[in-house]
Amino acid sequence: MTNQTSKQWAIETQDLDIFYGDFRAVKNVTLKIEPKKITSIIGPSGCGKSTVLRSFNRMNDFIPGAHVKGEVLFQGQNIYDPRIDPVQVRQRIGMVFQKPNPFPKSIYENIAWGAKINGYKESLNDLVEECLVKSALWDEVKDQLQKPALSLSGGQQQRLCIARALAVKPEIILMDEPCSALDPIATLKIEDLMRELSNQYTIIIVTHNMQQAGRASDFTAYFTMDTDRAGSMIEYGVTSQVFTNPTNKSTEDYISGRFG
Amino acid sequence: MSRENLMLHIHQIQDEMLVMGSLVEQATIQSIESLKKRDKKLAVEVYNADRKINEKRYAIENSVLILIATQQPLAHDLRLLAALLEVSAEIERMGDYAKGIAKVVVNLGDFEIPVPIKEIEQMANMALSMLHRALGAFIIEDAATAKSIPAEDDKVDELYNKVQHQIVDLMIEKPHIIDHANLLMWVAHNLERMADRVSNICERTIFVTTGELLEIESKKKEIKL
Repeated sequence: MTNQTSKQWAIETQDLDIFYGDFRAVKNVTLKIEPKKITSIIGPSGCGKSTVLRSFNRMNDFIPGAHVKGEVLFQGQNIYDPRIDPVQVRQRIGMVFQKPNPFPKSIYENIAWGAKINGYKESLNDLVEECLVKSALWDEVKDQLQKPALSLSGGQQQRLCIARALAVKPEIILMDEPCSALDPIATLKIEDLMRELSNQYTIIIVTHNMQQAGRASDFTAYFTMDTDRAGSMIEYGVTSQVFTNPTNKSTEDYISGRFG
Repeated sequence: MSRENLMLHIHQIQDEMLVMGSLVEQATIQSIESLKKRDKKLAVEVYNADRKINEKRYAIENSVLILIATQQPLAHDLRLLAALLEVSAEIERMGDYAKGIAKVVVNLGDFEIPVPIKEIEQMANMALSMLHRALGAFIIEDAATAKSIPAEDDKVDELYNKVQHQIVDLMIEKPHIIDHANLLMWVAHNLERMADRVSNICERTIFVTTGELLEIESKKKEIKL
């Protein structure tokens, strides 16, 4: 992919609908993601927030029957254009999942592997160190890089997955409830890391944890499950405003725990 | 509607705030009564009773902090709890003004001095009426009423000016009473400040309702060079 327009938004969707077969899970979403900021997507279960997140790097392609209508623009290009290579999209827009999922290999190999198969020409040792430093894991593992990744704690494994995502030099990191399997200390470490990474990367996070969205993100998008509007984004704004004075009653009910 | 537990606790705090408001009302009425009758005993009672108002304020503050820490309130709930902290502090300061008036009565002792009691009573009644309605508007989140009350402060200010002039005239006429007349000046000052505090409470009601932090200043309070 090439830069065709001057970069303004990290990702921009235009009238985005996402379907699973005939079911329209996401409705008419027009959203502009600020570059090098943290944007959280919140909403009740089933509102389509993970579906939207996965659409940003074509992860839904793996789900039979899933298809999109509308556009997801990355650097001015629709990533669903038939000429676009989804593998290349996922290289530029990485993803960290709910449960840490390191490969059953060494810590070193987890990071070096993606680069190796992509024919990385520079020093793999340097790359591994750089990514582990950026993911705030280096000091804890630098003397045991050959140790199995699965021997790390849950929080360390998740930071390793972030390091692995960084190794292919992405511009955007998508995080789908990255702390839901972690304890509060590991959660705060990931949030600190997100803040640090946002100096260089755009981060979009789906979370069920209201406090996490409040603590960690600059912008918040709320998706609803309200009848007739399920799957729609009904509020999007600066996190401090959304959490203290949301404009929409449904957002207010959800964030203040009165949903349903 | 969920969060019944949170709402139950918020309502309990609001009740405590209203109790605090009535304690201040009572303290103000009694302080003026003690001035009118030059009743030092009553003044001492008012002075000492201020401790109860302060305790209520700390209890409210503590309850609000516990709710913030344990219930993680957001949006309207958070604004309401933040406003309760602020409003209870305003009411507590109003209690201090009543206590200040009681102290003046004690310090005046039996010294003979003409007190402009008619205007002082009017000021107290106006400030208390404003307080009463402001707290009502806070509880039912009536932003329109909250917006309208601060304008009444101008009338309190007019009376304050009138009392000041009367006291200055008195000082010129009888210089030997200047020290004691100055104490009376503080009575009027305290009542004028009470009305100002009511305006602050009204601002918080608007904040809870709309999320906007507005400063409601009467036009008369603006100064120009």
